[in-house]
Amino acid sequence: MTQQSRAQSDVFVPTGQLQFGVFFQGVNSGTIWKAAESGSQTDFESFRRIVQTAERGLFAAFFLGEGLRLREHLGRPHALDVVGRPDAQTMLAALASVTTNIGLVATQNTTYNDPADLAHRLSSLDLISRGRAAWNIVTTDNAWTGANFRRGGYLDHADRYRHAEAFVETAKRIWDSWETAEGPARNVLHEGQHYTVDVTPRLPRSAQYRPVLFQAGDSPEGRDFAARQADVIFSAHPKFDAAVEFRKDLVARSLNAGRGANAVQIMPASEFILAPTADEAAAKKEWVRSLQIGPQQAVAYLEQFWGRELSEYDPDGPLPEIDPVVEETSETRGSGFHGAKARQLADQWRAEAKDKGLSIRQFVTSRTARMDATFTGSYSAVADQLAEYARVGAVDGFNISPWLIPSGLDDIVNHLVPELQERGVYPTEYRGSTLRDNLGLETPVRTADEAAEAVRAL
Amino acid sequence: MSTPEEHTTEAGHAGFLAIELDGAGWDGGDFASLAEAVLAAESAGFHAVTFTDAPVAGRTNALQRAAYAGPLTRTIALVPEVDTVHTEPFHVSTQLASLDYVSGGRAGWIATAAESPEAAAAVGRRNVTGAALAQEAAASIEVSRRLWDSWEDDAVIRDVATGRYIDVDKLHYADYETPADFAGAGYSVKGPSIIPRPLQGQLPVLAAASLVGEGQVSADAVDAVLVTAPTAELLAAEIRDVRSRLGVSVAVIAELDVVLDARGLAAAERSAGSESGRARYAGTAAGLADLLQALLAEADGVRLHPASLALELDELSRLVLPELRRRGALRAPLLDGTFRDVLGLTRPASRYADSSAATAAGN
Repeated sequence: MTQQSRAQSDVFVPTGQLQFGVFFQGVNSGTIWKAAESGSQTDFESFRRIVQTAERGLFAAFFLGEGLRLREHLGRPHALDVVGRPDAQTMLAALASVTTNIGLVATQNTTYNDPADLAHRLSSLDLISRGRAAWNIVTTDNAWTGANFRRGGYLDHADRYRHAEAFVETAKRIWDSWETAEGPARNVLHEGQHYTVDVTPRLPRSAQYRPVLFQAGDSPEGRDFAARQADVIFSAHPKFDAAVEFRKDLVARSLNAGRGANAVQIMPASEFILAPTADEAAAKKEWVRSLQIGPQQAVAYLEQFWGRELSEYDPDGPLPEIDPVVEETSETRGSGFHGAKARQLADQWRAEAKDKGLSIRQFVTSRTARMDATFTGSYSAVADQLAEYARVGAVDGFNISPWLIPSGLDDIVNHLVPELQERGVYPTEYRGSTLRDNLGLETPVRTADEAAEAVRAL
Repeated sequence: MSTPEEHTTEAGHAGFLAIELDGAGWDGGDFASLAEAVLAAESAGFHAVTFTDAPVAGRTNALQRAAYAGPLTRTIALVPEVDTVHTEPFHVSTQLASLDYVSGGRAGWIATAAESPEAAAAVGRRNVTGAALAQEAAASIEVSRRLWDSWEDDAVIRDVATGRYIDVDKLHYADYETPADFAGAGYSVKGPSIIPRPLQGQLPVLAAASLVGEGQVSADAVDAVLVTAPTAELLAAEIRDVRSRLGVSVAVIAELDVVLDARGLAAAERSAGSESGRARYAGTAAGLADLLQALLAEADGVRLHPASLALELDELSRLVLPELRRRGALRAPLLDGTFRDVLGLTRPASRYADSSAATAAGN
């Protein structure tokens, strides 16, 4: 099946192949900083080392998150986890000069960026990297984040995807506005509820036409948004059965959106803990987890929900008997736990911990393990496991978060990639020089008239 | 790190040279690539390259071009223009801090504030004019400076015993509010920054001299100004005027358009008249060396705007810079130095460092 007929097909067809991306997280507990080999999170050399290792392993993409406000804990910046990271696009522009094939993906928010400015900067990155840029689209709505920006908090939660979609369509029109590679550009006018954009775009099409679009939302609205707008969804479902379910769901949503069944690729977030044997890998996992969630982090995890200091409680003792002082958790620890009902949770958790005889530390470790996106095992066993994902088309690849910077990809590139290549499910060379080429995405050429029509249809 | 003795005003005549890299776009312009153009400027012995961001078709983001150049170079300072009027001050600050990291401490910022109905329409805001432009610039610079200081230098402690990655007492809210008389839509920025303190502590901030002074951007807010005069003859007088107006703590950089006799063509034949408003030199390489030596006796540095980047850079690197070095008019480029070193500036302590020391002492 050719790339084009595959893209337009209304039947899902597995490619039988996997792609890897790497997500340099830069914040939170996933990256361990307590090991002797834990390197800098900000020195350029750490980024160079990771991206060049990824490129040696023929990774399709290198991802960076976006920082808009430092995570807080009980009203002050959170002190226990890795924090402090560079601006995504600035770092990616620098990495473009020391790499040649890998895609460069910037997470960027639709609420605290201006559409014309963001579209221009993504175009710039796409041209500077000669067709390797991508945008991982995320949304926010809270005033707490807005405290760092001119507009402050201005968007209702319910509006955020509608706003994001208008934003993305405006960006696409800006990228489509050059009639030919030489121009001239057409003016783009968008008059929305929150923005008016009136701009004559400055930059021509790139080697891959325009930046590739990733999207990371997992709610039903987020999935529909991805089905309409994205090239790749950065999903939260790496486990096999959940991945197969997610594929079915996304195929249905893509067809509903009038796109082909194969139009949107899936790359779940994941973590790999590998060793020559299963036993060694299991021991390594225990070591990694003990460093990701130390005693102080375990107590701090509960403090988020209790809304008070719990430092007098023993991490190896039972959960606190006192009640939370808050009704609902706030935004400050990140969006994932915002609005959780604190008292209700505390009661549930105490009962569960008591039932299973778990200490604070054991309980918190078990909580976070429920969201476990980790593949643990010997190189060959994990390769077999991944080959099965490729065979049925559960995913198009994995977006890997290394738990160690800067050496955290070495095992994967040195041992897992060759095993996957032997099984015929992983590339043996880069297909082309653009990210679109390497992901096997079709080029979404639209004339300016078609782009305007798509916007009227919204 | 430089010592006060090395400061330009005290060292006398050894100055620095910058070159505007507008001729090399994302694709390198006359060069094979942007990388080749930047390396040509570095190997010619320039102390800094600048990247314009004025809106022109085909021009990519200046800060990203500078970032791209970071890992490729070792001595040359990388100084993009970044607008202050139509941008988010928080993003501007963290982008510039990141540029400092990817360049090993060689980043600077030409803060611009130009009236532009097009730029205003692109972000859906009213056109900003007159005195309000300088207010926007002053606000954005102050936000950046506070955010750069908002992590003290030793905030990342990695203390395994207590489980603390950072010392939270060394992070500070910027709590910036635009002043009551702010002409545009007022705003606030909470902070702290999302990136630790830049390698230089504070990036050198440059601005057009016409934007700096009483009732505009305060002289304290900038490290250097770019001085323009309509002719080379008027430049020296203008430099002296600016110095007396702004004081000796602000470095002065003279702006000069350059077109040289090159490849068998006389400069006069190559130049069709300049619209830039800047002083302009057209002629031989030897004549330019004389003019630059004279200007460097007055100014801390000169920024050259070549008529053709490839042609002028070739002549400058073969004839002009070696001659100036021979005359002792140029500072030696500093391997692995910072842009602050080039400007003779020491690395400042965070403005918040004293307050937390005082708090610690009080405990």
